[in-house]
Parts: sequence; C-alpha cells; structure tokens
Amino acid sequence: MSTPAVISQDVSSAVGAMPKGRSLWSHAWDRLKKDKYAILCGSIIFFYAMVALLSKLGVIASPWDKVVGASYAPPSGESFEMWLGADIFGRSVMYKVIHGTEIAFGVGFVVACISVPIGVFFGAIAGYFGGIIDELIVWFYSTLSSIPNLLLLLAIAAALGKGLHAIYISLIVTSWIGLARVIRGEFIKHKSRDYVIAADSLGATHFSKIFKHILPNVLHFVILNFSIQFMSAIKAEVILSFLGVGVQGEPSWGNMIDEAKLELARGVWWQLTGATVAMFFVVLAFNILGDALRDALDPKIK
Amino acid sequence: MFVFLIRRIAASIPIILGIALVVFFLFNVVGGDPALQMAGKHATAQRIAEIRAEYGLDQPKHIQFVKYLGEIATFDFGRSYATRQKISEMILNGIGPTLSLAIPAFLLTTFLAIVISLLVAYFRGKWIDKTGVILCVIGMSIPSLGYILFGQYILAYQLNLFPISGYDYSLAGRFEFLLLPMIIWVMLSVGYDVRYYRTALLEETNQDYVRTARAKGLSEPRVFFKHVLKNTMVPIITNVILEIPLLILGSFLLETFFGIPGLGYITIDALNNSDFPVLKAMTTVISILYIGGTILTDLAYALVDPRIKLK
Repeated sequence: MSTPAVISQDVSSAVGAMPKGRSLWSHAWDRLKKDKYAILCGSIIFFYAMVALLSKLGVIASPWDKVVGASYAPPSGESFEMWLGADIFGRSVMYKVIHGTEIAFGVGFVVACISVPIGVFFGAIAGYFGGIIDELIVWFYSTLSSIPNLLLLLAIAAALGKGLHAIYISLIVTSWIGLARVIRGEFIKHKSRDYVIAADSLGATHFSKIFKHILPNVLHFVILNFSIQFMSAIKAEVILSFLGVGVQGEPSWGNMIDEAKLELARGVWWQLTGATVAMFFVVLAFNILGDALRDALDPKIK
Repeated sequence: MFVFLIRRIAASIPIILGIALVVFFLFNVVGGDPALQMAGKHATAQRIAEIRAEYGLDQPKHIQFVKYLGEIATFDFGRSYATRQKISEMILNGIGPTLSLAIPAFLLTTFLAIVISLLVAYFRGKWIDKTGVILCVIGMSIPSLGYILFGQYILAYQLNLFPISGYDYSLAGRFEFLLLPMIIWVMLSVGYDVRYYRTALLEETNQDYVRTARAKGLSEPRVFFKHVLKNTMVPIITNVILEIPLLILGSFLLETFFGIPGLGYITIDALNNSDFPVLKAMTTVISILYIGGTILTDLAYALVDPRIKLK
C-alpha cells in the first residue's frame, strides 16, 4: 500500500506533466503581439501620447504662439517650425498641430478615465441589484440616449458656456451610457451563474461579489470601451471646437480646421492639412487597434 | 400589433418626460439666466425684465416646467428670440430640407453598401476584399470635416462641378444643391456599413449548412447568392432599419456648411445666437422624432424576422 508521500509524489509528477493553464489575458496578449498591424498602431498611439506629454510639459513646441514667419508663409524645409508653414499671425502651424495633440489626448484621456468607472459603476449596480435601482438607472440612460448625441453635446455646451471644461463635462455625461448598458447586461448574465452562487454560499458580501468575482470577468469590455471612448472624445472635441463651442484661445485640431475654412479661399491649405492628417492617423490607429483588441479578446476565434 | 404600438408609445412617455426634464434642467436651471444670455452683454435692466416676462422666466421653476410641458403637448414653443419667427413654423420649414438630403443619401448609402459588401465578401481574401476593407477603414478615419472642406474646396470651388452652398425650395431645383452634400454623406457612412455587412456575410459562410451545400456540389455563386445572402438579410435589414432614426438628425455639419436650411442648420444657428427657446424646442422635438423612429424600427424589425413576436 502506497504511503501518502508516494501518492503525493505521483500526483505532483502528474500535475507537472499537464500544460499550464492560460488565462484569457495571456491568450489575448499573445495574439495581439503577433498581429503586426496592432503593434504598429499601438506604437503610433504611443508616439502621439509622448508628443502630447512633451508638449504639455513644455519641452517641445512651446510657446505655441511664437511668431516664426510671415503671415501665411507656405511650408518650407528651412526649420522644423516651418514644415507646415505659418498661419495668419505668423505662428508655426507645426507647433499648433503639436499643441492640438496635447489637447486631443488630454480630452480623450480625462473623458475616458472618468466616464469608464461611471459606466461600470452604474451598469454593475443596475444589473446586480435589479429592481427599482435598475429601473431608475435604465430610465436615466434611456432618456439621455434618446437625445441624439451631438445635440446633447451642443445643448450642454450652450448651457455651460464655451471652453474646455464644458467639453469635458458634456463628453463625460454622454460617454458613460454605452458601457453602462453592456456591463449591466453582463452582470445580469453572470449574477445567476454557478460561481457567483458558490461565492454567495460561502458568505461573500455584495461588494465582494461585484468587485472580486463578477467584475474581472467583464473587464475585457471595459478595456475595449476605453479605447473606443478615447477616440470618440477626440473626434467629438474636434467637431465641437469647429462649431465654436470647444476650446477657446488655444489651438486644437478643431479650431485649426475652423480657421482653415476661411483660409482655403486664399489658397492656404497647410493648416487644414496639418490638423486633418494628424487626426486621421490617430483615428485610424485607434480603429485598427480596437479591431485587433476585439479579435484578440474574442474567445471564439482560436 | 396595435397593442404593441400602444404599449411602446406608453413606454416612451416617461422617457419624453425625462427628456423635457433634462432640457429644462440644462437651459433653465444650469444654463445661467436665459434672459441674460438672450439679451446679450449690453442690455438694459428693462430689456432683461421684458424678456423675462415674455418667456415666463419670472415664475417659480416648477411652474415654468409645467408650462414647458404644455408647450411640448401643444407644439407651440413661442417665438425665437433672434428671428421672432414662430418656432413651430421654423421646425416645420426645416423638416423638408433635412429629409430631402437625408433620405436620398440614406438610400444611396444602403444600396452601395450592400453591393460593395457582396462583392467584397464573395471575393474574400483576394485583393478586392483587402483593398475594399482598407478603403473602408481609411474612409471611416478621415474626419467628416476633412471631407467637407476638401470637397467644397476642390470639387465646388476649383473644379466648379457643384454649387458651393445654398438651397432652392422648389422640388426640382433643390437637387443641384443637395448633390455634393449627399456624396459626402455617402462617403462618410458607407465604410462602416460595408464592414458590418461583410462581417455578417462572412459569418454566414462559415456555417455548417454552407459546407453541406458545397459538399453537395453547388457552384460557389449559387451557394453565396442563393443561400448565404438570404440568411444574412436579417442582420443587414436590422442595421438599415436602426439607421433610420438617425436620419432625423440629418447632418448638422453638412447642413451648416452647405447652407441647407434644415433642422440641423437651424439648431447650429440658434447655438451661435444663444437662442435658448429655439435650442430647447429643437432638442425636444428632434429627440421625440428620434424615439418615434426607434419605435418604427422595432416594428419593422419584427416584421422582417419571423422569429420575433411583438408583445
């Protein structure tokens, strides 16, 4: 008859022969790493983020309103500042584009960082507790989402006055809804799953069940949503600034495109091109990265 | 079906109340004193008091809210501050141009998206597919402003192919002015639709029954157009129908740029003039139209998919 020591040795050698368990995250990360385009886009976004950070710290492109050339000077290769020419006041368009990056990433980051937790919070308690709390929260976000997005943004901006803070608030108020819906659905699904019932029978509190047990299982939606919201915030800021209710006084991509309206009549295309191209690449990168993320996190595609 | 409609409309009432609440909260409570906003910086105290009296702003908030609900119910929002027109008239005038732009653009987008996605899904993996997808992603990433400005500058101004802006109310004359905005609308939306339909078509082709059909020896065109397409119609139609409510929004930017006096144009105009009564009315009415659109969507969706029963 085997002694316990021998038995455990058999077991442990058997365990050693089994493949190590893989979590969704390590799987997803592996798949993501293999996708060349995803890596490329991630690097592009990282590059933009670094530019934004450096601009914010004042290391590059500062001050943005320094006069570097004649009014409407066309692009020339003579110095970095003149690569994209000058605007009506002789300021460097290149510097303005960089400053615009700082604003765009600032808006994207702040809005995504604040509205994601809000969305998760409301979705989680609505889905988990159900009942009157659920009804109230659903009524609230159904109301907000029945007002077409741009219209609501404009209304909030009109009410709060112009400027960056109004943009932050209006974007945050409109962005949390999509995530809340998804999280609520997921929580409703997971609430009655076995592992939650098991945790409950072990005496887990509501708090513990929500945050420790169910939430990790819906985190992939959160990550995907973060990147989508980041991009939407950037696009929305451009449109709002363009319509005149956005950033005042500082150059943002939207402001530059707004100024470009009049400049085009004089044949001045460099400000429009700079802002549009800058925006195009970052939005493209987010689109492709978002797709790759979704594919990597999808358990069905193996 | 009638019962369904009644139930849905009844279910929208709390939402509409909620919208009125949000709009009221934004413009009458949060948004500073509307009278001050409308009167501008150099107004006299008397002018401000006049505005207050006219718009009933001197009454307690809950009475104002009830009055506002009354305005919604009777579709009479008083007069615009900037133009002194009856707001309900402005809205009715604006619907025509907005829909003249939105509906043809929508039909064209849907048609093109279906055709392109069929092509792309049929030749999946080959260069047509790859090029198509890349073009779609690029198309989706160019900011709408870019399309509008470049389009106006190059096609209208330099090449003189289209009028730069403006509108003609006559039925025939209007299309000349709607052509360029329509083209831009289509280019903006086609990318998203094609990718969605392509994904749906490709998912169908991976189904077991397709494998069976091929094993039976059916030719590829037959398999694709006869079997896959029919089953994909449901997600395609769902997407098409879901986009209908958004038509009401028209395109604020396109209308503003091309001078098309639709609902979007009126709203942006009111925004620039701080014309609160118009903004409130626009937000509320457009939202209600949007809700109406979603109800129609649900109805049409149930008609299309026999598995869905209306309750």
